[in-house]
Amino acid sequence: MTTIDATPDTGNKKDSPANPRRRVYRPNAKYIPILSTLALLVIMYSGAVANFENFGQPSVVVNLFRDNAVLLVVAVGMTFVIITGGIDLSVGAVISLTTTLTATLLQGGWPPLVVLVLVLLLGSLIGAGQGAVIHYFKVEPFIATLAGLFLARGLALFINQQSIPIRDETWKAISEYRIPLAEGVVTKPIAIVALAAVLIAAAVLAWTRFGRNVYAIGGSADSALLMGLPVARTRIAVYTLSGFCAALGGVLFSINSTSGWALQGNGLELDAIAACVIGGVLLTGGSGYVFGALLGVLVTGLIQTIIIFQGDLNAAWTRIIVGVLLFAFIVLQRLVTRKVK
Amino acid sequence: MTILKNRLFWPAAILVALLIVNAFTSNQFVTVRDGHLFGSLIDILRGSAPLVLVALGMTLVIATGGIDLSVGSVMAISGAVACLLISDLGNQNSVGSVLLIIVIAIAVSLLAGLWNGALVALVGIQPIIATLILMVAGRGIAQLITDGQIINVQSGPYATIATGFFLALPVAFLIAVAAVVLITLLTRRTALGLLLESVGGSPTASRLAGIRSRRITTMVYVVSGGFAGLAGLIYSANIKSADSISAGNLIELDAILAVVIGGTALIGGRFSIAGTVLGAVLIQALGVTVVAVGVPPEATLLFKAVVVVALCLSQSAAFREKVFGRFTSTRTEAIA
Repeated sequence: MTTIDATPDTGNKKDSPANPRRRVYRPNAKYIPILSTLALLVIMYSGAVANFENFGQPSVVVNLFRDNAVLLVVAVGMTFVIITGGIDLSVGAVISLTTTLTATLLQGGWPPLVVLVLVLLLGSLIGAGQGAVIHYFKVEPFIATLAGLFLARGLALFINQQSIPIRDETWKAISEYRIPLAEGVVTKPIAIVALAAVLIAAAVLAWTRFGRNVYAIGGSADSALLMGLPVARTRIAVYTLSGFCAALGGVLFSINSTSGWALQGNGLELDAIAACVIGGVLLTGGSGYVFGALLGVLVTGLIQTIIIFQGDLNAAWTRIIVGVLLFAFIVLQRLVTRKVK
Repeated sequence: MTILKNRLFWPAAILVALLIVNAFTSNQFVTVRDGHLFGSLIDILRGSAPLVLVALGMTLVIATGGIDLSVGSVMAISGAVACLLISDLGNQNSVGSVLLIIVIAIAVSLLAGLWNGALVALVGIQPIIATLILMVAGRGIAQLITDGQIINVQSGPYATIATGFFLALPVAFLIAVAAVVLITLLTRRTALGLLLESVGGSPTASRLAGIRSRRITTMVYVVSGGFAGLAGLIYSANIKSADSISAGNLIELDAILAVVIGGTALIGGRFSIAGTVLGAVLIQALGVTVVAVGVPPEATLLFKAVVVVALCLSQSAAFREKVFGRFTSTRTEAIA
């Protein structure tokens, strides 16, 4: 991992002044995927700024966080799961269940704070259940969370198949509240919540014992167990965290749209997984960062924004362009990563 | 006891139970009418043909340690291509033209599979992401082919592949059986199956052993694309139109589920075609039974979830040991 580190005082012949490559800044190998994503993101953004009028305004970047707040929160939880070598397909369905339940309970006159705590608990519980099934019964994560997907969406459809409006004052107040960042630039509270989730999660993953255990399990669960690490607790915790993040995403969704709908968040799990992979989180586990997931979400968000700025694309072309850009991005990322190696 | 321990025992038992429920609730289970077989059993077999085909291709992909999320989109593309070409025909009932169009649609699907295979085997992108690209873009391509419309066709020969009968049996069912037999012979009577499992176990080791890993990997995605295309034709022939939005929507998850129920592990390295067929028919039977017994539509997904959870737990050795093992151990303790 650290062999590529170009430290000046190694005394190695390769690093002699005659070698022109010595002067080139070469980052630590483990940061290469995330740096290449960052570079490509900057290139894509610059290209868009050059091509479209008004793309350079700060509100475009700020709105990126607002429009992708839900995906961001979900991708954060997904990052933990993927780093342990697992996958969580249930997140989109948990969002639909959360929005449906929130809207139904608020309509029934429940106090907002109780509803909030209840749905967050429910999401965590679903995640914990999946984690327990995966760990104790050794069911493959893909299948266990697929069953979770059916279960959560089934419950949501069972509660109500229609879109339910939210008329609660607290929810509406949060939805309509605007936070001024600079002159003419405002954002919604949901963007702040999403950003806070990213920062907290990044700190937890990088600097806590729990975070290191997550990497250890992803590297090799058997070795982690032999080292005496709490594999069961950690593995259940990451799925609980992912369930919690999905429920939080659902709450943000219900705030943003002031409604709940059982078909909400359809396919969001794949968007979240794609965002993580674009951000350099390896599906095989053991490698990746929360900031990678953030960059991945920004890439997909930027693609959407570019398509909106383009303006004259119908639904069919939008899908194709998203696919093409995704393809271009992943291939470029591979080329960059391969070359530096 | 050995039968009970077989991985496929519980799925098979649930399938039999579902069929028995069907036999009692539906007024016709199997009857003969106009020289054809009719009834809910035949409906299940006919209706499961697309899922069996898709799951068959998925089995081969998963055997090599990959996954194919694009099957639903490929289904939409092949249906769109076929319906567009048929609707342009002067005589939609011309058997020769329809056959040619079917060949074209499948060729397009094979190309789609080749694209996936190239991304995975040559560019080296993770399968789940490589096929996600076509999953997203493919439905757009299908919408582009049909110009966002639903194309209706009135072609007798085309409808035959979904609703026709041959030798008293549904044509769609026979197509699925032919595909299953072909793949079984290819993988179990030649070295191909061994090579697939070898690549799934370790692509690098296989390559060092002289197996063309990349060629094998590319091939399974091509085959998966072809079967998805065939499934798309059956789907669109059944509704006599191309619906690029709902054709094959979420079928990738059902197909993966069928493969896993059939005892093929997602990590690759081994596969069971009989298990996959059992899994696919089981999923279809579940859907039919839920409607037949009168579960309200809002609860169908919940019902499915419960069965899937029960099925997955029944297949988990750890679960059986923890739950049933406890009973046996307490009994022995009581005796002691």
